[in-house]
Amino acid sequence: MLNLLNDFVGELRAAGLPVSMSEHVDAARAIEVIDLTDRSLLRDSLAATLVKDGDHLATFYTAFDIFFATRSLESASDLLDEAGGAQTIDGGAGAERQGRQRGEGSGASSLSAQELFDLIYRALRDGDRAELARAAAESVTRFAGMEPGRPVGGTYYLYRTLRSLDLETMERRLTLRVGDKSDELDARLARDEAHARVEALKREIERVIRERLVADRGAEALARSVRRPLPEDLDVMHANREEMAQLERALRPLSRKLAVRLARRRRRRHRGPVDLRHTVRRSLSTGGVPLDLRFKPPRPAKPEIVVIADVSGSVASFARFTLHLVHAISSQFSKVRSFVFIDGLDEVTALFEGVDDPADAVARINAEADVVAFDGHSDYGRAFLTFHEGFAEQLTRRSTVLVLGDARNNYHQAHAEVLADLRYRAKALYWLNPEPESYWNSGDSIISQYAPYCDRVIECRTLRQLEAFVGGLT
Amino acid sequence: MNLNPREELAERLGLDRVPPVHFDSPGDVHARLAAHDYLSDEAIASVTYLADQLAKPVLIEGPAGTGKTALARAVADAAGARLIRLQCYEGLDESKALYEWNYRKQLLRIQAGRSEAAGAEEWTALEEDIFAEEFLLTRPLLEAIRATDPVVLLIDEVDRVELETEALLLEILSEYQVSIPELGTMRAHQIPMVFLTSNNTRELSEALKRRCLYLHIGYPTVERERDIILQRVPGISTALAEQIARVVRSLRGIDLKKAPSVSETLDWARTLVILGRDEIGNADAVATLHILLKYQSDIDRATKELLSGPRTVA
Repeated sequence: MLNLLNDFVGELRAAGLPVSMSEHVDAARAIEVIDLTDRSLLRDSLAATLVKDGDHLATFYTAFDIFFATRSLESASDLLDEAGGAQTIDGGAGAERQGRQRGEGSGASSLSAQELFDLIYRALRDGDRAELARAAAESVTRFAGMEPGRPVGGTYYLYRTLRSLDLETMERRLTLRVGDKSDELDARLARDEAHARVEALKREIERVIRERLVADRGAEALARSVRRPLPEDLDVMHANREEMAQLERALRPLSRKLAVRLARRRRRRHRGPVDLRHTVRRSLSTGGVPLDLRFKPPRPAKPEIVVIADVSGSVASFARFTLHLVHAISSQFSKVRSFVFIDGLDEVTALFEGVDDPADAVARINAEADVVAFDGHSDYGRAFLTFHEGFAEQLTRRSTVLVLGDARNNYHQAHAEVLADLRYRAKALYWLNPEPESYWNSGDSIISQYAPYCDRVIECRTLRQLEAFVGGLT
Repeated sequence: MNLNPREELAERLGLDRVPPVHFDSPGDVHARLAAHDYLSDEAIASVTYLADQLAKPVLIEGPAGTGKTALARAVADAAGARLIRLQCYEGLDESKALYEWNYRKQLLRIQAGRSEAAGAEEWTALEEDIFAEEFLLTRPLLEAIRATDPVVLLIDEVDRVELETEALLLEILSEYQVSIPELGTMRAHQIPMVFLTSNNTRELSEALKRRCLYLHIGYPTVERERDIILQRVPGISTALAEQIARVVRSLRGIDLKKAPSVSETLDWARTLVILGRDEIGNADAVATLHILLKYQSDIDRATKELLSGPRTVA
């Protein structure tokens, strides 16, 4: 068991969870005092000792499910058998219209498609866990078309199964059955209930697929292919919808924490460097011995931030996250101005004014900003020109300019000299590029033409990188 | 080497016997908490059991109003222990958390000593005297350490103190002892159960996290919330409780500034019972939504969403 734990900790670390030595020891102690046959107790105990951040739990659970799947496979099949037995028993007493299918419970693939749908529908309607597990197992057997030995992560199988099941129709049917009342509230509740149950089925199917994959290829191989990154390590540009939602959720506490941290740092730094002149003056009264050190008053030194963000399709989500983050901590800057562009440029600072939640403002950018001048393909050169014309005068030695974008210019003119002038006027100019560094300068990416005029070009693919960068700004 | 954690700790603290554990199994935790009106779920019961077995503090995180503080209180009740609570706030320091010298009493003692004939040896005696336990004002942390009866120590909202103040807690969390320069180290006379709660407004230090077991209490499932309502609100029907739980789940699904907490759910349930409702209609929901939601913008949004047409499948 200790070796197994060792490997498990290794897997968690590989997935990005920081597990310290003493936490490892705690986990080892924990498994000595608990009943190891109780799977959920084992899971909770390991979670309590190894994971110290609520956002990391999802990653942990995925790793746990895979790693300890082999043991659960047996117990799960036991469970299924029990469930099958229970069904045949109450099948006699239960409704006669269902008796037909229930008798066939034991044969895995003997159900016809229609019967399977009925089974799923019933399981969903009754919210019966055992039945749901059976339905999930059946559907995977039938639709996933799993091929042994194929090195995939299971998303493909999940997709195939879900496509064949047409759960949306199922969800509507469920909603209709319960929500026949005219009351809107009831209707809404029925919809949410149906939705929750269908989601539970999806999770169950995902679990079954994973279990079978583990049985096929072994835990370690699978762990590598489905390792689930922490929210702050997700690649912003390639996140799917669910991951996007995860990122949105992670962003709010992240920005709040960042604001608290920065405010604290500012407060603590309550005095400036030694004021030599003043100290020497004071030292005259003590015969030239500087007994009494004088300090310069703290300088507010809050930087002004000017964000120029590309919001064309490919990098839009990254720009939104950055704008959200920067504005969420805008109290840490003396001024924040935001501009967005595709091939035209528009100032969006006003959208953020008087809004409590930057997310609202970010959502409005799409609808209200006037960023398309010609064809709606990013044109960095034009955007810089427009910015230079209208706003370059307002850049001062206190302004920090952030350019967000992948520098994919669609073969337009670069106008790097404009950027050079902006750099000359401002205190600093940083370029945040959401693409991995290896992609830079490939295709129509012309980051190398702009790079000489930037103080730094930073690869910024994840929230973690973004947070680290923004945190260092003040 | 093969000592169990409690025995090892007892040896380190120099206790003559190993204090007995409070709970026999996670099931036992669940049952006894339930007897004190606290419905735990699997994770809560497991971690509480583990904390008891390993003699380690538990750091509880989660949204406000999900029963973090209530858990500590329920554990204290269930274990028949005294609850000692330290409420954290910004600016909390040793003299509020650990101990303070009762300088007025010390002053009086010195003045009383003066009236007698004073010599050098007299003063040494006096100095030893005024730094005795008699002149110590114990604050919650020290009190938990010095208690001889079983205690549960609750350090509430630990995320409110500054990062530096967290360090105050480290010694007590890992060693169950407090060092007082004038008196030496005071070790615990028993093994207190320690709970820390945090609303996650800031990242706690690694050092603190490492010393604790971690428990995340999120919003309960519909079934658990229903059971909580049934247990805590007398005279409510199962159907109404179920409906309330579902409405609250739907509300939490909407993007609100502040999602309704369990305690607000309970307030709402009580209100509906007082109003004599056994079913929630549109009108009731709109009229009483302000009990669940505390921002006008949230109320508007929720009213719109809940009473709107079919969900747009994105």
